Amino acid sequence: MSDPSPALALEARALTRELPGPVPVTLVRDIDLTIAPGEFVAVTGPSGSGKSSLLYLLGLLDRPTAGTVLLAGEDTAGSSPDRLADLRLARIGFVFQFHFLLPEFSCLANVEIPIRKLGRLGRAAARRRASELLEQLELGDHRDKLPEQLSGGQRQRVAIARALANDPPLILADEPTGNLDSRTAALVFDIFRDLAHTQGRSVVVVTHDSALAHTADRRIHLVDGRIER
Amino acid sequence: MALPLALDIALRHLLHRRRQTLVSLLGVTLGVAFFIAISAMLQGFQRDFISRIIDIQPHIIVMDDVRQPPRQPVERAYPDGAVLLHSLKPREETRGLRGARNMLATLEETPGLHVAPALSGNGLIHFGGKDISVNIIGITPDQERKVTHIEKDLLSGTLDSLYTTSNAIILGEGVAKKAGIRKDDLINVVSPAGVMMKMKVVALFSSGITVLDNFDTYVLLKKAQVLQNRPNVINRLKIRLDDVEQAGPLAGRIERQFGYRAEPWQEQSRNVLSIYVIQNAIMYPTVSAILIVACFGIFNVISTVVFEKTRDIGIMKSMGFRDSDVRLVFVMEGLIVGVVGTLIGWLIGWMLIEFMASLKFEMEGFVKAQGFVLFRSPRHYLISGGMAVLSAALAAWLPARRASRLNPVDIVRGAG
Repeated sequence: MSDPSPALALEARALTRELPGPVPVTLVRDIDLTIAPGEFVAVTGPSGSGKSSLLYLLGLLDRPTAGTVLLAGEDTAGSSPDRLADLRLARIGFVFQFHFLLPEFSCLANVEIPIRKLGRLGRAAARRRASELLEQLELGDHRDKLPEQLSGGQRQRVAIARALANDPPLILADEPTGNLDSRTAALVFDIFRDLAHTQGRSVVVVTHDSALAHTADRRIHLVDGRIER
Repeated sequence: MALPLALDIALRHLLHRRRQTLVSLLGVTLGVAFFIAISAMLQGFQRDFISRIIDIQPHIIVMDDVRQPPRQPVERAYPDGAVLLHSLKPREETRGLRGARNMLATLEETPGLHVAPALSGNGLIHFGGKDISVNIIGITPDQERKVTHIEKDLLSGTLDSLYTTSNAIILGEGVAKKAGIRKDDLINVVSPAGVMMKMKVVALFSSGITVLDNFDTYVLLKKAQVLQNRPNVINRLKIRLDDVEQAGPLAGRIERQFGYRAEPWQEQSRNVLSIYVIQNAIMYPTVSAILIVACFGIFNVISTVVFEKTRDIGIMKSMGFRDSDVRLVFVMEGLIVGVVGTLIGWLIGWMLIEFMASLKFEMEGFVKAQGFVLFRSPRHYLISGGMAVLSAALAAWLPARRASRLNPVDIVRGAG
């Protein structure tokens, strides 16, 4: 968001990821992709089609074998691991199928962690920001509970609050509704759509639920690591 | 990275595994505590013994002895020639320090130095049908009291009674005990020269050093010269210095100047002192072993945490923690165990020392002591603490490095 001309939030150029080995496996093959700010994109495809692998590449968690990812215009091909970590911290929010909250920390403390890590806000401001996020996701009453004391949908919302902690322009979600019932799943999707449309973030959601995928602005269908149009 | 965040996470990990954390904490604590207590005990005995040696014995003894056999006239005549001597019988020389009076006068002028002459020789005490071989030391009380602690070690009687009573002798406590001699008893003293004297025991002494108490006896210098049939001979100069540390260099100077063997206290007690070198060599590995075992505990608990927290590590990385941040969290856990264990260990070590100090018992070995002689030194605390914290950090480093190398993709993919 601090980028002067974020014409594109995210761009992938000829992205390929192979697993080395006696028989190399290609996870993602030659993908070109652009995502604009405020766009809500769903990635679908059968199991093993490379949906998650693509998401990890876009989120700078994994490095491509060939091709590159540009985050708000910054080419990350030659970036050091530390630089990638810093970019993830400040500019990308991840949500996974499992909530992945730290079990020893309260909901509020979990949301505070990325803010404290980034260190732009003081301790009190970090706490305020985390509280606000939980309020926005209607979790204000649960802020001091441990993750294990919450329901699956509540945990996933805490995880979304944590992904939003540093106000990232890009949200990436890997099967975020995989463990939720369909009503809760629809609510979570509503949240993502809202993040894109009213807050102007780019949201990429990997899902195998085609009904939910149809509610997105754009659908990308992967088969065997390639985009099928 | 904000240190408090890493600390926060580390603390919560440790508190979450309370029992394991306690066990590894206990390991460090015991290691540190024992290190401190054992060091205090062993060094206490060592220092006590050394200070007694310094106190009781003269700091330097000049003897009627040379370190190297004198060069023979033929060698002096042909210094560059190849001279081989067979079956050489050295000239029989009168034993004793030649020119002792001059040496005495020269040494007395040195500031910070006290010197006393003595004639030391073997003898036999005959009393009540028992013969005890002893070391008869002829001294001049006025000079002797400035050089050794004999006067302080007297159990009964005075040093001056050597002057006031004719044929007076002072016995070590051990000598007296062996023969059942008491103060004021009359005993027969025989020398190798064949002179026999009836002498009166005017005092007993106990130096605390068993060897001395069992063999040494003191008479007037003149009496010793008569006994040994060596009129006017002195074979020992005992020197006491205001600065003990000067003993070594000064002994060397005396030796070069007068040619006679001058032994500083370190050399006189070399046998005993070398025991302590061995003792230290045994003590430090033993005590360190305790700490090493403790470190395995730390390694274990942190390895387990890393294993259990694989998912958390993945998520922390996906959130934007760098490898070094992840390492910091786990090294911090080791450091917390190390530091907290050290602090408690210091406390328990201190309490152990105070407990040992309160014990009283009689002991007789090289030295006599009542209870433990303890040496309390901040160095023991620093060494044990330093070792504990350092090895705790090392023990944590290995699992921490593994944690930082975990690939977040493998973790989130495996779970999902």
